[in-house]
Amino acid sequence: MIEANISKRFPAGPESAGFHLQIEFEAAPGVTALYGPSGSGKTLTLDTLAGFVKPGSGRILLNDRILFDGASGVHLPPQTRSCGYVFQNYALFPHMTLRENLAFAAHEVPRLERHRRIAEQLDRFKLTSMAGRYPHELSGGQKQRGSIARALIAEPRMILLDEPARGMDSTLRADLHLLIHELRQTLKLPILLVTHDAEECFALADRVLVYDAGRIIHRGTPAELLQNPGSAAVAQLLGGFNLFEADVVALDPGRQTSRVRFLGDEIAGPHLRGCFKGDRIALCIRPEELRVADRPGDNRIRRPLLRTVERPQSVRADFGTGLIVDVPRDTWQMLEPAAAQTGWWVEVPSASLRQITRQLAS
Amino acid sequence: MQIDWFPLWLSLEVATLATLISLVAGIWLAWLLSHKDFAGKNVLDAITTLPLALPPTVLGYYLLVVIGRTSWLGGAWEAITGSPLVFTWKAAVIASTLHAVPLLVKSTRAALENVDQSYERAARSLGASEWRLFWRISIPLARRPIAAATALAFARSLGDFGATLMIAGDIPGRTQTAAIAIYDAVESGNTILARTLVIVISILTAAIVWLSNWLEERRAR
Repeated sequence: MIEANISKRFPAGPESAGFHLQIEFEAAPGVTALYGPSGSGKTLTLDTLAGFVKPGSGRILLNDRILFDGASGVHLPPQTRSCGYVFQNYALFPHMTLRENLAFAAHEVPRLERHRRIAEQLDRFKLTSMAGRYPHELSGGQKQRGSIARALIAEPRMILLDEPARGMDSTLRADLHLLIHELRQTLKLPILLVTHDAEECFALADRVLVYDAGRIIHRGTPAELLQNPGSAAVAQLLGGFNLFEADVVALDPGRQTSRVRFLGDEIAGPHLRGCFKGDRIALCIRPEELRVADRPGDNRIRRPLLRTVERPQSVRADFGTGLIVDVPRDTWQMLEPAAAQTGWWVEVPSASLRQITRQLAS
Repeated sequence: MQIDWFPLWLSLEVATLATLISLVAGIWLAWLLSHKDFAGKNVLDAITTLPLALPPTVLGYYLLVVIGRTSWLGGAWEAITGSPLVFTWKAAVIASTLHAVPLLVKSTRAALENVDQSYERAARSLGASEWRLFWRISIPLARRPIAAATALAFARSLGDFGATLMIAGDIPGRTQTAAIAIYDAVESGNTILARTLVIVISILTAAIVWLSNWLEERRAR
């Protein structure tokens, strides 16, 4: 278990804006994704955990062992932190073969045991036949597996993965996801995964920390985040949400419903906590929760279809003013001929309207 | 006419020793300047660059002040060894070393700073001590530019004149290096000796510069 409470300030320079990382989180065994845009402090967080960067204040604990404590001045060097860091560029030493890279990591292990461990890791990551090759002779996927094997050979107590899928094609990415999934099952260690790929986040993470401008602005399981992004900032960062403003027209706390004016039409909405009639609120809607129709009906608003984008499982229909709907392919094919004549209606189920705070990502 | 090859051999010996000493001192200073933060770092940086900028006679004068017979250091040396340090081949080594060190420090520092930080971080996170990191990662990754700088430092030591003349003198058969012998030969009208030494030194230096450039190119590839 990692428990971190970190503050690190970088003053503004003549050519750089200042930056303040101020975060607090716990990471249990399993995959915790650090998700957010570039420059939001994700890699800096890994660097402070690994001991490469000294926080200004705070505390970092790994299984109750103090790695850093600002108050008492404890700052363990990276060498003693038992941290398996997998760098963005893999950082396999270019002047050593893969086997030598692994041996470097296991130098404190007695010789026989070292050989056994190296052979075991090479075999586990399907690298035995590549052991004598230098990093420049390996493919991207092999380098990455080599880098993870090297990090694991030293028997770390936490694993830090800095955007491991960056620049990879979809096949390699899928292999990597399988590998991380397997590590998660077998190692029972906290694995921190830095990513700005929302799909990767949802595919791999047990828990997600959403970063923005040096702060964690939301946290939860992937399902919780999708269900309730909480703020426009998180919805924006996760991507794939329709974001709107709406006016509260009526509230019915007894029936747990409301009526809101949305894109010029009045529709039924969910129970809106803490709102008054006349308030302007922010809403987010997931494109796959909206439906399309070729005729009017309950909670349907008429919209002109601007364009469509073909996707593997669905058709993404853009109805303008930010209203995007993901329509299953067969539904689309069934409706399209009639709707081309009559026009399109978008049905907004009241449960799909989620109230969020207006705060935008910086 | 028989050519006296002693000045050439002495120059080669002095340059080899000076290069070895400056390699050790230069790498250590470059490591300090590239990897450590300490008070007076800028002063140390300036001091290590100074011999490159100072006129050789000025450097020679300073050396006379520091290791001359009346100085504390020169006196101590004489008390221990029984002979003075100035006007010996050892003084020539010191003069050449002072000229070679800045070259090595500048190039090695740049080479060490160019080593991708992630390699050093990876080594640290894998438990490597700073010593192991230095020998197994930083130096091997910077070896080509360091080797190129070493070759240039050797060439620089081989041709040292002003400072060597000031503190080692011009004693034929004892402290007369090739550069000084050429000067002497020209002054005394010994054209054959001057031309021979000039040609040999030129060929040697050209070969060393070629080696240095070749090492730099291999690094760039």
